[in-house]
Amino acid sequence: MSVRIADHVKEIPRSGIRDFFEVVQTMADVVSLGIGEPDFVTPWNIREAAIYSLEKGRTGYTSNLGLPRLRRAIANYVDEFFGVRYDANGEVLVSVGVSEAIDLALRALLNPGDEVIYHEPCYVSYSPSIALAHGVPVAVETRGEDGFVLRAAEIAKKITPRTKVLMLNFPTNPTGATMPVEELEKIAAIARKHDLIVLTDEIYSELTYDGASHSSIAAMPGMRERTVLLHGLSKAFAMTGWRIGFACAPNELIEAMMKIHQYSILCASIMGQEAAIEALERGSSSMLEMKREYELRRNYITRSLNEIGLECAKPKGAFYAFPKISATGLTSREFSLRLLREKRVAVVPGTAFGPSGEGHVRCSYATGLEQIKIAMARISEFCAERGIEQRPAAA
Amino acid sequence: MEALIQLLQQNALIPRDEAARLLDLPLEEVNARIAQLEKDGVIIGYQTVINREKWNPDTVTAIIEVKITPERDGGFDRIAQRIAKFDEVKSCYLVSGGYDLLVLVEARTLREVAAFVAEKLSTIGAVQSTGTHFRLKTYKENGVFHHFESAPERLAVS
Repeated sequence: MSVRIADHVKEIPRSGIRDFFEVVQTMADVVSLGIGEPDFVTPWNIREAAIYSLEKGRTGYTSNLGLPRLRRAIANYVDEFFGVRYDANGEVLVSVGVSEAIDLALRALLNPGDEVIYHEPCYVSYSPSIALAHGVPVAVETRGEDGFVLRAAEIAKKITPRTKVLMLNFPTNPTGATMPVEELEKIAAIARKHDLIVLTDEIYSELTYDGASHSSIAAMPGMRERTVLLHGLSKAFAMTGWRIGFACAPNELIEAMMKIHQYSILCASIMGQEAAIEALERGSSSMLEMKREYELRRNYITRSLNEIGLECAKPKGAFYAFPKISATGLTSREFSLRLLREKRVAVVPGTAFGPSGEGHVRCSYATGLEQIKIAMARISEFCAERGIEQRPAAA
Repeated sequence: MEALIQLLQQNALIPRDEAARLLDLPLEEVNARIAQLEKDGVIIGYQTVINREKWNPDTVTAIIEVKITPERDGGFDRIAQRIAKFDEVKSCYLVSGGYDLLVLVEARTLREVAAFVAEKLSTIGAVQSTGTHFRLKTYKENGVFHHFESAPERLAVS
């Protein structure tokens, strides 16, 4: 018998990143700037808290919503950091990473055919997640010349009577873009005017640089009631493998998300939840230490790329540089494949994050400085061989 | 300055050009700042962290708790300085708690440490008592691990 895969699943293309990295896995001596996770190990106090909880025998299921103590820690953290107050009993849900929370929110909100506006280039999962929830993904392009800022006017052009949800991700993977507050306010006004629900994935919110602070749309007037604030521990606290994310939203929405969560996942792992409590309550100094390190690497990598002749804006957030590679005359995919084959450096083609990523590649600086140095030397050779003019810093 | 000092604390030998890239400052600025920090006495030296198991493993390190009677003029300072001036003394701290000075002493043999305590330290008038602990093994020193390394497994790509 032939397996008949559901149409909406069949239609989803394979992840561009996965596709690309299957090539990488067959090669040795590759320096990878392709990894979207911190190279740091989870800070010891957080790991130790998980060990302690295991020693105490805390190995069972938790409440579907997550451990009450963790939900309180989340509510306090979100209040302090984002400036929005949520009730730990009914407005906070602990998920298996932000990815699950995105899926829950979309499934809870969308009827077949509902449109979801998201900005591109963006994290690879957004469009497929929308399609898997039977929604219609509607991309709004952001542009390098504009610092990959999402313009309210561009959103307005895409709104139809079927538009139900707006997805945001600032700081953005893969561009490192952050949003000016004035523009975010305009976007909030559009959401209010058109009665949109906003899913805001703020997983990189702690990782902002040059002294910039993060502003959440959830904290803007009239937005709390229509926003699902998504965040997690993976990036800022170097906890990717623990798989702990969370959603904060009005009770009605959390209840709907919880229904799906309880029948499909039941609860996030208790070890991860115990570790997350420690991270939120006592992890800030080690988190800031890692952030400081990322900022230094960002400085290093952007200056080096510009000197090599690959124009690269200094991103204000996340841990990705998104240089322009069109001067080489190659497409993003060609550049990445050739760089990999010829110089054994892995970067991710910008097109993996949507067609508007063409002309760029993503370089993660969540990689040790020694690796970054080798990668920059190899990219420099690669570009020099293609006649790209080097631009040593004037200073 | 904060970030520059942190970089130097992690690795005093960091190439100046690398520091300039990390801090996004011109090279001359980094050189000028370091020179200033040295001039101002903020940076008072550069040292090497040695793994004692691999180099002169027989060197003896002792941690000595010292109780002293403070003086009317100068409190603990004069006595502490007097003790700190001995070559054997590598570190000397005034601490709170059951004793006053915590003194780290290094010598080639146990006998030398014993002689230092008996002949130099205990004979100072203001020293009431001493308690000597010998180092058996070093696990972490100045933020650097000596005995175990955390080498996490990370996917080459993900």
